[in-house]
Amino acid sequence: MFSNPLIYFVVIPVIMLLGIYLCRNMAQIRTVAVAGSLCLLGLSVWLLVDYLGLRAAGDNAAMLYRGDWTWFSALNIKLSVGVDGISIAMLLLSSIILLTGSFASWKINPLPKEFFLWLILLSIGVFGFFISIDLFTMFMFYEVALIPMYLLIGIWGTGRKEYSAMKLTLMLMGGSAFLMLSIIGIYYNAGLNSWNILEIAQADTIDHSWQMFLFPMAFVGFGVLGAMFPFHTWSPDGHACAPTAVSMLHAGVLMKLGGYGCFRVAIFLMPYAANELAWIFLILTGISVVYGAFSACVQTDLKYINAYSSVSHCGLVLFAILMLNTTAMTGAIMQMLSHGLMTALFFALIGMIYGRTHTRDIRQMGGLMKIMPFLAVCYMIAGFASLGLPGLSGFVAEMTIFVGSFENTHTLNRVFTIIACCSIVITAVYILRVVGKLLLGPVYDKHHEELTDATWWERTSTVTLIICVAAIGCFPNFFANLIRTTFSPEIFKVLGM
Amino acid sequence: MDYSQFLVMKQEIGLLVVFLLVFLYDTFMSKRALNSIQGISIILFGLLTVCGFCCAAPSGVQTAFAGMYETSPVIACIKNILNVGVLIVLVQSITWNNSENQVVRRGEFLELILVTLFGMYLMISARHFLLFIIGLEAASLPLAALVAFEKNKYESHEAAIKYILTAVFSSAIFMMGLSYIYMLSGSLYFGDIAASVATQQVSALLIVALAFVIAGVGFKLSLVPFHLWTADVYQGAPTSVTSYLSVISKGSAAFAFLVILTQVFGAVYSQVWEWMLYALIILTITVGNLFALRQTNMKRFLAFSSISQAGYIMLGIVGNNAMGMASLMFYILVYIFSNLAAFGVIQSIENATGKLDMTDYRGLYKSNPKLSFVMMLAMFSLAGIPPFAGFFSKFFIFAGALNGTTSVALYVLVLIALINTIISLFYYLLVVKAMFLSSDEPVIPTFKSSCSERIAMWITVAGIIALGLVSCFYNEILLLCR
Repeated sequence: MFSNPLIYFVVIPVIMLLGIYLCRNMAQIRTVAVAGSLCLLGLSVWLLVDYLGLRAAGDNAAMLYRGDWTWFSALNIKLSVGVDGISIAMLLLSSIILLTGSFASWKINPLPKEFFLWLILLSIGVFGFFISIDLFTMFMFYEVALIPMYLLIGIWGTGRKEYSAMKLTLMLMGGSAFLMLSIIGIYYNAGLNSWNILEIAQADTIDHSWQMFLFPMAFVGFGVLGAMFPFHTWSPDGHACAPTAVSMLHAGVLMKLGGYGCFRVAIFLMPYAANELAWIFLILTGISVVYGAFSACVQTDLKYINAYSSVSHCGLVLFAILMLNTTAMTGAIMQMLSHGLMTALFFALIGMIYGRTHTRDIRQMGGLMKIMPFLAVCYMIAGFASLGLPGLSGFVAEMTIFVGSFENTHTLNRVFTIIACCSIVITAVYILRVVGKLLLGPVYDKHHEELTDATWWERTSTVTLIICVAAIGCFPNFFANLIRTTFSPEIFKVLGM
Repeated sequence: MDYSQFLVMKQEIGLLVVFLLVFLYDTFMSKRALNSIQGISIILFGLLTVCGFCCAAPSGVQTAFAGMYETSPVIACIKNILNVGVLIVLVQSITWNNSENQVVRRGEFLELILVTLFGMYLMISARHFLLFIIGLEAASLPLAALVAFEKNKYESHEAAIKYILTAVFSSAIFMMGLSYIYMLSGSLYFGDIAASVATQQVSALLIVALAFVIAGVGFKLSLVPFHLWTADVYQGAPTSVTSYLSVISKGSAAFAFLVILTQVFGAVYSQVWEWMLYALIILTITVGNLFALRQTNMKRFLAFSSISQAGYIMLGIVGNNAMGMASLMFYILVYIFSNLAAFGVIQSIENATGKLDMTDYRGLYKSNPKLSFVMMLAMFSLAGIPPFAGFFSKFFIFAGALNGTTSVALYVLVLIALINTIISLFYYLLVVKAMFLSSDEPVIPTFKSSCSERIAMWITVAGIIALGLVSCFYNEILLLCR
């Protein structure tokens, strides 16, 4: 079992949990958290290189590094792992954000030990979800990732934290209730006595009428986490009240679980229903994209702005997935990566600014460029990435998505593509508004002039993220190729493309 | 008469021996020797439990007394599960039993617990309704005495009266139903009734009879609408008795219910009781959940939570297949550990401070981090959050209900149950919120739980973590049932 490299994505966090449990002071906790996240990052980089090597050597299996270990033999539930280009991209993203998140919570108070315990438990869920290809195990890790949010937001959050934590948890668990039914339904109706995603997809034996019943449940189940309209309401409250690192992980990684699940489970396993019902969800996600952007325009709280912008950007991920073609799906995965990194950067910066000014209201701040130039420049870069400046990640992702969406020739899809395109303009409006009000202009509050610029751990966190954002923007082909290695002909046979 | 048939009843005889030894010890030993009565009875009962796992399991189905009594590996297994639960309850009750008011009666407590357990054994093993009724009564009446155990507490008496009246009334209804069944089939043997039910046309009398039987057993399980006694009795009874009522009594009744419905009335499943069961399940889960939302007393809160849990247990019967049965047994096992963990914490706090209100739990994490951690695990397990055992038992019970069905109605039923898990998550999280999120100064001061309480908590926590993640438990149960 331990000869498979993937299993270490779960083993390392478990060791970190034990390590942190034994820690006695803040310095030790930090050491364990950073060292563990560095190990995870190293592992995912190694995996990326090795994976590309294997692909280059002509290994064309749908998933590499396969491993199967029987768990509940009576039901044929297994712990099956395997990765393709998409999972590797997601693992890379998660480990980067976990590392930067650990830096961002350098001075977390109170109860630092508990904070990191829950944070790492959450990351076990995330990593486990991305490596597993068995429906049961996948679903289990999915739920493991959800519940620590309640305590993380409830204890260390700000504002109406108890309300937000409860709302977020109940809505996400509500989604997973639909998901559970859908997963059991898939298992029985496929009739293979297997929970393995690859086997079910290849056999494609789920009855069409059952697909029409199960697909919406699966898609809504994951869609709640992907902040699909009208199930997005947990997102602004949740993000606004969460502590910095949790916002980063949640917007950066956890929301990607939704998009990834929609692709891997809903569409991959039930292609017939996906083709038939895509229009419903296209309308909903189209609304998410535009509605999120418009809502961001009128918010005054920095975190709310960014949370609504996340609704818009994550809506775009689901939107692109539903276009059901290679280009748009490549764009969707790029957007997941891009949004994950840039929203984490945003939340990290907001956390740092809030830690100094103790307000997140843009009306009560101004001219921060003069006071904390480093943070301000970083914020600007994040903003430019978000509105799609070429050379940064947002441009590459959105461009690919819209080109891919326009390839789909249905009238409805065309119309919604055009509507969704408008969100680019609206994004520019709210980003530039914040940049202008917050960073430029005169200093609003005289007390702010004494504030300091970023510390070394904050710089590490932001610079890492900016480098990644720029890397995607400058070398899009590398990532596009990585993702395309996933789209083996088998997937598109079942999708009918 | 062939006395060797008694050997089939190994587990009952073992229990009877333990009971007699405890009884004799209690009666004849000196006052000083009585101080060790709890330790001795726990050791004896522990031995019985271990024997149950090692050597009492029969190799196949065995019957005794012309088929009135039956045992099989599955039946031995459910009895073992109950034994484990009772063992934990006994360990948990040590501190309370040694308290000032209680100390003179601790022998009686043990004896009454063992007698009711004997009744439950009979309920599970009975294949003739007369034996079943003996079991049912033996499991109900001594419980009323247990509920009234706190002599100085008014609530305890009220609860006992409520319990005994409802118990007697529901057994009367049950027997009325039986008399109809006897009228229809001319026998009280499960097998004979099943044969005659299968060959006859469905008559109105059968439906009425079945409804009466369901009402009778539904009382023990506290299914809605037969649940009205639950909250008051749970609140009034001593906490040890409440935990016993909520897990052991419920678990045994659930299994007996499964046996009656599937073995006796299995032939008329789709015609008569499928819809009754659906309605009962939806009502039980939803009403239990909705009432639990507003409770502030921890024991009342867990009473309503246990009502809704009974609804989930019933989902194992819906599938009417081996997997459903296995999932039901596994659910009971997990439920025993999760609920007893919660009651362990409640009892420990009650013994130390006498506080039982949810508002008293505010800020508990600051003063008693370990206790609140155990409570949180219990709440998460009851709510079905992975990686704790409750998640697995919920998943399997849903999977068992949907096994081999193409009925959309069943999918809708499971969906309703699933949506109810969200409501239940809300109120379980309320406890977590009070303990962890509240910024108030803790009401309950820091205290050290007694040794026995801590042992019991460790056992339940180990169960909550291991029962799900370690797959052999469910695999073994499912293999037995197939």
